[in-house]
Amino acid sequence: MAELNTGGGGGDGKKVRSKKSNPGVDLTAMVDLAFLLITFFMLTTTLSKPQSMPLAMPDKEPQDQPKDNTPVPEDRMMTILIGKDNRLLWYMGKFETPRIPPSEATFGKNGIRKEILKNTAYAKQFAKKDDEGLIVNIKASDASSYKNLVDILDEMAINKVQLYAIGDITPAEIDLLKKTGLY
Amino acid sequence: MSKVKIARKSTRIDMTAMCDVAFLLLSFFVMTATAKQPEPKPVDAPASTVQDKLPEDGVAVITIGDKQVFFTIPRAIRKETFKLVAAEKGLPVSESDLTNFERVDGFGMPLNKIQGWLKLPPADRTKEGVQEGIPYDSVNDQLAVWVKQARQANKQFLEQQMAEGKDVEFKDLDIAIKGDAKEQYTTVKRVIDILQEQKKNKFFLVTGLRGKDF
Repeated sequence: MAELNTGGGGGDGKKVRSKKSNPGVDLTAMVDLAFLLITFFMLTTTLSKPQSMPLAMPDKEPQDQPKDNTPVPEDRMMTILIGKDNRLLWYMGKFETPRIPPSEATFGKNGIRKEILKNTAYAKQFAKKDDEGLIVNIKASDASSYKNLVDILDEMAINKVQLYAIGDITPAEIDLLKKTGLY
Repeated sequence: MSKVKIARKSTRIDMTAMCDVAFLLLSFFVMTATAKQPEPKPVDAPASTVQDKLPEDGVAVITIGDKQVFFTIPRAIRKETFKLVAAEKGLPVSESDLTNFERVDGFGMPLNKIQGWLKLPPADRTKEGVQEGIPYDSVNDQLAVWVKQARQANKQFLEQQMAEGKDVEFKDLDIAIKGDAKEQYTTVKRVIDILQEQKKNKFFLVTGLRGKDF
Protein backbone atom coordinates (compact mmCIF):
# COMPACT_ATOMS: atom_id res chain seq x y z
CA MET A 1 0.00 0.00 0.00
CA ALA A 2 2.42 2.69 1.15
CA GLU A 3 5.49 2.38 -0.91
CA LEU A 4 8.68 4.19 -1.28
CA ASN A 5 10.26 3.62 -4.64
CA THR A 6 13.86 4.53 -4.95
CA GLY A 7 14.60 5.95 -8.42
CA GLY A 8 15.14 2.95 -10.67
CA GLY A 9 18.67 2.59 -11.98
CA GLY A 10 18.29 5.06 -14.88
CA GLY A 11 21.32 7.10 -15.44
CA ASP A 12 23.78 4.42 -14.54
CA GLY A 13 26.74 5.16 -16.64
CA LYS A 14 28.51 2.10 -15.36
CA LYS A 15 29.07 -0.94 -17.35
CA VAL A 16 27.61 -3.26 -14.77
CA ARG A 17 23.93 -2.77 -14.21
CA SER A 18 22.10 -4.31 -11.38
CA LYS A 19 19.72 -6.88 -12.73
CA LYS A 20 17.57 -6.81 -9.58
CA SER A 21 14.26 -5.03 -9.70
CA ASN A 22 13.77 -2.10 -7.36
CA PRO A 23 12.70 -3.50 -4.03
CA GLY A 24 10.88 -0.43 -2.76
CA VAL A 25 10.09 -0.01 0.93
CA ASP A 26 6.71 -0.87 2.34
CA LEU A 27 5.78 1.93 4.74
CA THR A 28 2.48 0.56 6.03
CA ALA A 29 3.98 -0.33 9.38
CA MET A 30 5.44 3.10 9.90
CA VAL A 31 2.15 4.82 9.19
CA ASP A 32 0.39 2.46 11.60
CA LEU A 33 2.87 3.29 14.33
CA ALA A 34 2.55 7.00 13.63
CA PHE A 35 -1.22 6.86 14.09
CA LEU A 36 -0.84 4.82 17.22
CA LEU A 37 1.45 7.43 18.72
CA ILE A 38 -0.90 10.25 17.71
CA THR A 39 -3.80 8.54 19.40
CA PHE A 40 -1.70 7.97 22.51
CA PHE A 41 -0.71 11.63 22.76
CA MET A 42 -4.23 12.84 22.02
CA LEU A 43 -5.57 10.81 24.89
CA THR A 44 -2.85 11.54 27.42
CA THR A 45 -2.99 15.31 27.12
CA THR A 46 -6.65 15.45 28.08
CA LEU A 47 -6.49 13.08 31.03
CA SER A 48 -4.02 15.02 33.11
CA LYS A 49 -6.37 17.62 34.67
CA PRO A 50 -7.30 16.41 38.13
CA GLN A 51 -10.84 16.56 39.39
CA SER A 52 -11.67 18.38 42.57
CA MET A 53 -14.50 18.62 45.04
CA PRO A 54 -15.13 21.99 46.62
CA LEU A 55 -15.59 21.97 50.39
CA ALA A 56 -16.71 24.87 52.56
CA MET A 57 -16.36 24.73 56.33
CA PRO A 58 -18.11 27.03 58.79
CA ASP A 59 -16.06 29.62 60.63
CA LYS A 60 -14.23 28.17 63.58
CA GLU A 61 -15.74 29.59 66.77
CA PRO A 62 -13.10 31.32 68.89
CA GLN A 63 -13.19 29.96 72.43
CA ASP A 64 -14.25 33.15 74.15
CA GLN A 65 -17.29 33.92 72.06
CA PRO A 66 -20.68 32.55 73.16
CA LYS A 67 -21.84 29.50 71.28
CA ASP A 68 -24.28 29.99 68.47
CA ASN A 69 -27.68 29.12 69.89
CA THR A 70 -29.92 29.13 66.82
CA PRO A 71 -32.51 26.37 67.18
CA VAL A 72 -31.55 23.36 65.16
CA PRO A 73 -34.50 21.89 63.23
CA GLU A 74 -34.41 18.44 64.78
CA ASP A 75 -36.94 16.91 62.49
CA ARG A 76 -34.88 17.59 59.40
CA MET A 77 -31.41 16.88 60.71
CA MET A 78 -29.62 13.64 60.04
CA THR A 79 -26.31 12.85 61.67
CA ILE A 80 -23.86 10.38 60.16
CA LEU A 81 -21.17 8.95 62.43
CA ILE A 82 -18.28 7.30 60.58
CA GLY A 83 -16.47 4.54 62.44
CA LYS A 84 -13.69 2.15 61.60
CA ASP A 85 -13.59 -0.55 58.90
CA ASN A 86 -15.86 1.40 56.51
CA ARG A 87 -18.88 1.20 58.79
CA LEU A 88 -21.16 3.99 59.86
CA LEU A 89 -24.10 4.85 62.07
CA TRP A 90 -26.80 7.36 61.42
CA TYR A 91 -29.74 8.85 63.30
CA MET A 92 -32.29 11.61 62.86
CA GLY A 93 -32.68 14.45 65.34
CA LYS A 94 -30.68 15.22 68.47
CA PHE A 95 -28.40 12.59 70.00
CA GLU A 96 -30.14 12.66 73.36
CA THR A 97 -33.64 12.45 71.90
CA PRO A 98 -33.38 11.00 68.42
CA ARG A 99 -36.39 11.02 66.12
CA ILE A 100 -35.06 7.88 64.46
CA PRO A 101 -32.65 5.96 66.74
CA PRO A 102 -29.10 5.17 65.56
CA SER A 103 -28.77 2.31 63.11
CA GLU A 104 -25.89 0.98 61.10
CA ALA A 105 -25.60 1.35 57.35
CA THR A 106 -23.06 0.45 54.71
CA PHE A 107 -21.47 2.77 52.19
CA GLY A 108 -22.75 2.80 48.67
CA LYS A 109 -25.99 2.95 46.77
CA ASN A 110 -27.66 0.10 48.64
CA GLY A 111 -26.77 1.37 52.07
CA ILE A 112 -26.47 4.96 53.08
CA ARG A 113 -27.81 6.32 49.80
CA LYS A 114 -31.16 4.61 50.36
CA GLU A 115 -31.26 5.97 53.90
CA ILE A 116 -30.50 9.50 52.73
CA LEU A 117 -33.25 9.32 50.14
CA LYS A 118 -35.72 8.02 52.72
CA ASN A 119 -34.76 10.75 55.13
CA THR A 120 -35.03 13.43 52.45
CA ALA A 121 -38.65 12.39 51.96
CA TYR A 122 -39.12 12.29 55.75
CA ALA A 123 -37.63 15.77 56.17
CA LYS A 124 -39.84 17.19 53.44
CA GLN A 125 -42.88 16.54 55.65
CA PHE A 126 -41.55 18.94 58.23
CA ALA A 127 -40.42 21.62 55.82
CA LYS A 128 -42.10 24.93 56.54
CA LYS A 129 -40.77 26.61 53.41
CA ASP A 130 -40.29 25.25 49.93
CA ASP A 131 -36.53 25.46 49.93
CA GLU A 132 -36.11 23.58 53.21
CA GLY A 133 -34.93 20.02 52.97
CA LEU A 134 -32.70 17.52 54.70
CA ILE A 135 -29.77 18.78 56.75
CA VAL A 136 -26.87 16.39 57.26
CA ASN A 137 -24.23 16.65 59.95
CA ILE A 138 -21.19 14.55 59.07
CA LYS A 139 -19.14 13.49 62.08
CA ALA A 140 -16.10 11.42 61.24
CA SER A 141 -14.38 9.70 64.15
CA ASP A 142 -10.62 9.34 64.42
CA ALA A 143 -10.93 5.71 63.39
CA SER A 144 -12.30 6.55 59.95
CA SER A 145 -10.28 7.04 56.79
CA TYR A 146 -10.16 9.99 54.42
CA LYS A 147 -11.85 7.87 51.75
CA ASN A 148 -14.89 7.44 54.04
CA LEU A 149 -15.24 11.20 54.34
CA VAL A 150 -14.94 11.73 50.58
CA ASP A 151 -17.50 8.96 49.98
CA ILE A 152 -20.02 10.67 52.25
CA LEU A 153 -19.37 14.06 50.66
CA ASP A 154 -19.90 12.36 47.33
CA GLU A 155 -23.25 11.00 48.56
CA MET A 156 -24.20 14.57 49.46
CA ALA A 157 -23.49 15.64 45.91
CA ILE A 158 -25.26 12.65 44.34
CA ASN A 159 -28.40 13.03 46.45
CA LYS A 160 -28.32 16.82 46.13
CA VAL A 161 -28.59 17.37 49.87
CA GLN A 162 -29.55 20.97 50.48
CA LEU A 163 -27.34 21.63 53.48
CA TYR A 164 -24.53 19.63 55.01
CA ALA A 165 -21.68 20.32 57.37
CA ILE A 166 -18.70 18.54 58.84
CA GLY A 167 -19.04 18.62 62.60
CA ASP A 168 -17.00 17.56 65.60
CA ILE A 169 -17.90 14.22 67.10
CA THR A 170 -18.96 14.36 70.75
CA PRO A 171 -17.67 12.02 73.48
CA ALA A 172 -21.15 10.54 73.88
CA GLU A 173 -21.18 9.61 70.22
CA ILE A 174 -17.72 8.07 70.51
CA ASP A 175 -19.07 5.92 73.36
CA LEU A 176 -21.91 4.81 71.14
CA LEU A 177 -19.44 3.87 68.43
CA LYS A 178 -17.35 1.94 70.95
CA LYS A 179 -20.42 0.07 72.17
CA THR A 180 -21.36 -1.00 68.67
CA GLY A 181 -17.75 -1.97 67.96
CA LEU A 182 -17.16 0.72 65.38
CA TYR A 183 -14.31 2.55 67.08
CA MET B 1 -9.89 -14.02 -29.07
CA SER B 2 -12.03 -12.02 -26.82
CA LYS B 3 -13.06 -8.63 -28.14
CA VAL B 4 -13.56 -7.20 -24.68
CA LYS B 5 -10.32 -6.15 -23.28
CA ILE B 6 -10.18 -5.95 -19.50
CA ALA B 7 -8.20 -2.89 -18.77
CA ARG B 8 -5.75 -3.64 -16.04
CA LYS B 9 -5.70 -0.70 -13.74
CA SER B 10 -2.93 -0.10 -11.34
CA THR B 11 -4.26 0.02 -7.74
CA ARG B 12 -1.27 1.71 -6.27
CA ILE B 13 -2.01 4.75 -4.07
CA ASP B 14 0.74 7.11 -3.17
CA MET B 15 0.65 7.46 0.63
CA THR B 16 3.26 10.18 0.99
CA ALA B 17 0.71 12.86 1.71
CA MET B 18 -1.02 10.90 4.44
CA CYS B 19 2.27 10.04 6.00
CA ASP B 20 3.21 13.72 6.05
CA VAL B 21 -0.03 14.67 7.80
CA ALA B 22 0.38 11.88 10.31
CA PHE B 23 3.84 13.02 11.30
CA LEU B 24 2.74 16.65 11.41
CA LEU B 25 -0.03 15.82 13.88
CA LEU B 26 2.34 13.68 15.89
CA SER B 27 4.89 16.48 16.13
CA PHE B 28 2.15 18.85 17.25
CA PHE B 29 1.06 16.62 20.09
CA VAL B 30 4.59 15.78 21.14
CA MET B 31 5.42 19.46 21.40
CA THR B 32 2.27 20.49 23.22
CA ALA B 33 2.42 17.68 25.77
CA THR B 34 4.08 18.99 28.92
CA ALA B 35 6.39 16.86 31.00
CA LYS B 36 4.88 15.98 34.37
CA GLN B 37 6.78 17.13 37.45
CA PRO B 38 7.59 14.37 39.93
CA GLU B 39 5.09 14.49 42.76
CA PRO B 40 6.50 15.05 46.22
CA LYS B 41 4.80 11.85 47.31
CA PRO B 42 2.82 9.41 45.19
CA VAL B 43 -0.68 9.53 46.62
CA ASP B 44 -3.76 7.58 45.60
CA ALA B 45 -6.58 10.12 45.81
CA PRO B 46 -10.08 8.77 46.55
CA ALA B 47 -12.65 8.84 43.76
CA SER B 48 -15.83 10.87 43.64
CA THR B 49 -18.59 11.55 41.15
CA VAL B 50 -18.13 15.32 41.26
CA GLN B 51 -16.73 16.48 37.93
CA ASP B 52 -15.58 20.00 38.76
CA LYS B 53 -12.06 20.58 37.55
CA LEU B 54 -9.34 22.03 39.67
CA PRO B 55 -8.58 25.64 38.64
CA GLU B 56 -5.64 25.89 36.26
CA ASP B 57 -3.38 28.20 38.21
CA GLY B 58 -3.35 30.08 41.45
CA VAL B 59 -3.78 26.85 43.42
CA ALA B 60 -1.48 25.61 46.14
CA VAL B 61 -1.75 21.89 46.86
CA ILE B 62 -1.31 20.23 50.24
CA THR B 63 -0.47 16.55 49.69
CA ILE B 64 -1.17 14.22 52.61
CA GLY B 65 0.18 10.70 52.68
CA ASP B 66 1.46 8.36 55.44
CA LYS B 67 0.88 11.06 58.08
CA GLN B 68 3.30 13.33 56.16
CA VAL B 69 2.33 16.66 54.67
CA PHE B 70 3.83 18.19 51.53
CA PHE B 71 3.19 21.58 50.00
CA THR B 72 3.19 22.58 46.33
CA ILE B 73 3.24 26.31 45.64
CA PRO B 74 2.44 27.87 42.22
CA ARG B 75 5.68 28.76 40.47
CA ALA B 76 5.10 32.51 40.29
CA ILE B 77 5.13 33.00 44.04
CA ARG B 78 7.61 30.34 45.15
CA LYS B 79 10.63 32.56 45.74
CA GLU B 80 8.61 35.23 47.53
CA THR B 81 6.94 32.67 49.81
CA PHE B 82 10.28 31.19 50.83
CA LYS B 83 11.67 34.67 51.49
CA LEU B 84 8.71 35.55 53.71
CA VAL B 85 8.83 32.28 55.62
CA ALA B 86 12.57 32.63 56.17
CA ALA B 87 12.06 36.20 57.37
CA GLU B 88 9.33 35.17 59.81
CA LYS B 89 11.31 32.27 61.24
CA GLY B 90 14.64 34.10 61.24
CA LEU B 91 16.29 31.70 58.81
CA PRO B 92 19.11 33.13 56.70
CA VAL B 93 18.67 32.10 53.06
CA SER B 94 21.07 32.65 50.20
CA GLU B 95 20.17 33.52 46.63
CA SER B 96 21.15 30.02 45.48
CA ASP B 97 18.73 28.51 48.02
CA LEU B 98 15.95 30.66 46.59
CA THR B 99 16.80 29.66 43.03
CA ASN B 100 16.87 25.98 43.95
CA PHE B 101 13.59 26.32 45.80
CA GLU B 102 11.96 27.89 42.79
CA ARG B 103 12.84 24.85 40.72
CA VAL B 104 11.21 22.38 43.10
CA ASP B 105 7.55 21.65 42.57
CA GLY B 106 6.37 20.15 45.83
CA PHE B 107 8.42 19.81 48.98
CA GLY B 108 8.08 18.48 52.48
CA MET B 109 10.96 19.26 54.79
CA PRO B 110 11.16 20.94 58.18
CA LEU B 111 12.78 24.36 58.06
CA ASN B 112 15.92 23.32 59.87
CA LYS B 113 16.69 20.75 57.17
CA ILE B 114 15.36 22.38 54.05
CA GLN B 115 18.53 24.14 52.99
CA GLY B 116 20.55 20.93 53.22
CA TRP B 117 17.91 19.20 51.15
CA LEU B 118 17.91 21.93 48.50
CA LYS B 119 21.64 21.48 48.03
CA LEU B 120 21.14 17.85 47.00
CA PRO B 121 21.13 17.05 43.27
CA PRO B 122 17.55 17.00 41.90
CA ALA B 123 17.53 13.23 41.38
CA ASP B 124 18.34 12.60 45.05
CA ARG B 125 15.71 15.02 46.35
CA THR B 126 12.74 13.02 45.18
CA LYS B 127 14.05 9.64 46.25
CA GLU B 128 11.86 7.65 48.60
CA GLY B 129 12.37 8.30 52.25
CA VAL B 130 14.37 11.50 51.81
CA GLN B 131 11.56 13.96 52.46
CA GLU B 132 10.12 13.91 55.96
CA GLY B 133 7.09 16.09 55.57
CA ILE B 134 6.34 19.52 56.99
CA PRO B 135 5.68 19.52 60.75
CA TYR B 136 2.08 20.34 61.63
CA ASP B 137 1.71 19.56 65.32
CA SER B 138 0.58 22.36 67.62
CA VAL B 139 4.06 22.80 69.15
CA ASN B 140 5.84 23.24 65.82
CA ASP B 141 3.22 24.29 63.29
CA GLN B 142 5.29 25.05 60.20
CA LEU B 143 2.49 24.19 57.78
CA ALA B 144 0.45 27.13 59.06
CA VAL B 145 3.43 29.44 58.43
CA TRP B 146 3.90 28.16 54.89
CA VAL B 147 0.21 28.54 54.01
CA LYS B 148 -0.01 31.99 55.54
CA GLN B 149 3.05 33.27 53.72
CA ALA B 150 1.97 31.68 50.45
CA ARG B 151 -1.29 33.60 50.68
CA GLN B 152 0.63 36.77 51.52
CA ALA B 153 3.01 36.26 48.59
CA ASN B 154 0.04 35.68 46.30
CA LYS B 155 -1.58 38.90 47.52
CA GLN B 156 1.62 40.85 46.85
CA PHE B 157 1.98 39.25 43.43
CA LEU B 158 -1.57 40.19 42.40
CA GLU B 159 -1.14 43.73 43.72
CA GLN B 160 2.03 44.07 41.68
CA GLN B 161 0.24 42.79 38.58
CA MET B 162 -2.59 45.24 39.09
CA ALA B 163 -0.08 48.08 39.54
CA GLU B 164 1.43 47.10 36.20
CA GLY B 165 -1.99 47.57 34.69
CA LYS B 166 -2.70 43.92 33.95
CA ASP B 167 -6.28 42.80 33.98
CA VAL B 168 -6.38 40.60 37.08
CA GLU B 169 -8.90 40.56 39.85
CA PHE B 170 -7.94 40.00 43.46
CA LYS B 171 -8.47 36.43 44.60
CA ASP B 172 -7.10 34.70 47.67
CA LEU B 173 -4.83 31.76 46.95
CA ASP B 174 -6.90 28.61 46.44
CA ILE B 175 -5.87 25.63 48.52
CA ALA B 176 -6.42 22.08 47.36
CA ILE B 177 -6.00 19.04 49.59
CA LYS B 178 -4.78 15.88 47.91
CA GLY B 179 -4.93 13.11 50.43
CA ASP B 180 -4.33 9.42 50.13
CA ALA B 181 -7.56 7.45 50.30
CA LYS B 182 -6.29 5.21 53.07
CA GLU B 183 -5.10 8.14 55.16
CA GLN B 184 -6.47 8.32 58.67
CA TYR B 185 -9.00 11.06 59.15
CA THR B 186 -7.04 12.59 62.07
CA THR B 187 -4.27 13.93 59.80
CA VAL B 188 -6.72 15.43 57.31
CA LYS B 189 -8.75 16.89 60.16
CA ARG B 190 -5.61 18.53 61.56
CA VAL B 191 -4.80 20.10 58.17
CA ILE B 192 -8.39 21.36 57.81
CA ASP B 193 -8.18 22.78 61.36
CA ILE B 194 -4.94 24.60 60.47
CA LEU B 195 -6.67 26.15 57.46
CA GLN B 196 -9.73 27.11 59.49
CA GLU B 197 -7.54 28.80 62.09
CA GLN B 198 -6.32 31.06 59.28
CA LYS B 199 -9.93 31.70 58.30
CA LYS B 200 -9.44 29.75 55.09
CA ASN B 201 -12.77 27.94 55.09
CA LYS B 202 -13.20 27.15 51.41
CA PHE B 203 -10.89 24.69 49.70
CA PHE B 204 -10.84 21.86 47.20
CA LEU B 205 -10.39 18.15 47.69
CA VAL B 206 -8.59 16.52 44.78
CA THR B 207 -10.34 13.32 43.74
CA GLY B 208 -10.40 10.83 40.92
CA LEU B 209 -13.51 10.20 38.85
CA ARG B 210 -16.04 7.40 39.19
CA GLY B 211 -19.63 6.68 38.31
CA LYS B 212 -22.58 6.68 40.72
CA ASP B 213 -22.77 2.92 40.84
CA PHE B 214 -20.83 2.04 43.98
